[in-house]
Amino acid sequence: MIQVRLSAFPVDVEFQAASGITVLFGPAGAGKTLILDAISGFVTPQGGRILLDDEILFDGAARVNLPPRSRHCGYVSQHGTLFPHMSVRDNLLFPLARLSRLERHRRVKEMLERFALLDAAARRPHTLSPPERLRATVARALIGEPKLLLVDEPAATLDQSLRAELRNALRMVRDETGVPVLLATRDLETGFELAGSLLLLDRGRILQNGPPRKVLDQPASAQAARLLGIPNLFPAEILALDPGRNTSRLRLENFELAGPYFPGRLRGDRVWLCVAARDLRVAVHDGSKPQGNQVPARLERASDLPQTVRLEFAGAIVAEIPRQEFDRQKDNKDWLVEFPPEALRVVARDAAENL
Amino acid sequence: MPADWSPLWLSLRYAALATLFSILAGLPLAWLLAARHFPGRELLDAAASLPLVLPPAVLAYYLLSALGRWPLVFHWHAAVVLSAIYTLPLSMNLSRSGIAAVNHNLENAARGLGASEWRVFRRITLPLAWRALLAAILAGFARSFVDFGLTAMVASKAEHASLTLLLAAAALAALYIGNRLRRGQEPA
Repeated sequence: MIQVRLSAFPVDVEFQAASGITVLFGPAGAGKTLILDAISGFVTPQGGRILLDDEILFDGAARVNLPPRSRHCGYVSQHGTLFPHMSVRDNLLFPLARLSRLERHRRVKEMLERFALLDAAARRPHTLSPPERLRATVARALIGEPKLLLVDEPAATLDQSLRAELRNALRMVRDETGVPVLLATRDLETGFELAGSLLLLDRGRILQNGPPRKVLDQPASAQAARLLGIPNLFPAEILALDPGRNTSRLRLENFELAGPYFPGRLRGDRVWLCVAARDLRVAVHDGSKPQGNQVPARLERASDLPQTVRLEFAGAIVAEIPRQEFDRQKDNKDWLVEFPPEALRVVARDAAENL
Repeated sequence: MPADWSPLWLSLRYAALATLFSILAGLPLAWLLAARHFPGRELLDAAASLPLVLPPAVLAYYLLSALGRWPLVFHWHAAVVLSAIYTLPLSMNLSRSGIAAVNHNLENAARGLGASEWRVFRRITLPLAWRALLAAILAGFARSFVDFGLTAMVASKAEHASLTLLLAAAALAALYIGNRLRRGQEPA
């Protein structure tokens, strides 16, 4: 268990992470790397306290600041840090200097087997394939049996197949070694797939913290929703709430919608309505009167995504539909967009806040 | 007339010792200046480079007054001390740029894996900077070698002139290899 409270400009965060994989998700410049560097001891925060299990790694008030070598954190940083002048085997032996010869070789063999590196053991890092290099880096970070593994998603994993390799390696760490992992990533999919707990980070602040499903289902703020890639955010006002029938009515700029009951909200609350793009349903507008939660909208742009088509309508409404569905009616301009009540979420809106 | 090889051996001994001393003092200084931040760093930096700007005569004078009490003076051992001091800025600055050029992330990775500062230096910094360090040693050696060659040529008999030329050629070769090393090529 790691407990972190730290301020190191521009980062100011407080969180805990127990077993499993905890994901720090945020855009570039959110402060992810700075947090990992502070935990591993390469950056000294201005203040705060970092506790790993029962050991104080850093305490600004008590002037405790352990050097990196005494912190027992494995660190897979953004840069390739295998020692270029040593073979993979020597790289793995490096953290084990204090152990007996027998124990050293037992551990190296175990890691080489676990990470499928037996063939690469005698080779230098620059002769390895990128997946081998990644596995060797993770193996070296783990071999000293750290109390915590810090992973700053390597820049090289912009490559999709390498990204899958990293996910596999981390899944194995989680399931076979039980070492808690703190993973910093800009890739929501990786975060979502692996995380036991997701920390949403932007500009040095934690916006939201919780199980990934819950974070994605109920963003805590418009900022969080935007970070999670939810494009549909509309200012709205709650006109009516009926807990008995589980319904509500929302007034948006140009139209009204029926929604579910929103616990904890009051009539007259000004909120952001947020809807995921793939939750919207669309149909060709044949001139008939819109029903229920349908809103007429003019298509402004359609762009191809790998599996779907992204439709951008006037009024900043964005929908995503399967390609076959779109191909049948691709020349149509006037559409009806349906907002399914169960897909509607609201998040708090400050009086001054606008898009 | 049989050739007299004694000046060559003397030059070699002299240059080797001077290089040894200058690198023994220069390497820790280079590491301190390249990798550490401490109060007085700038001052130490300037002091270590002082022999570069002091006229040799001034340096020799200070050395004479400092070592005057010991029987060292007017022996070739004194020349070794002088040459080591004179070569120090050269070998120090060359080693220092080599040490500073080592990828910092690798050194930090080693620290994170539990290595002490000494172990980081010995296992990571030193092996990765060896080309630059060897270049520093060769440059220092060439410098001392030629220094003494000139002195010997002026101070000794004419028949040593051809030998001195040989020394100069050897020094040139050392410098050339050192330069190739620094540019990261094999010293072929």
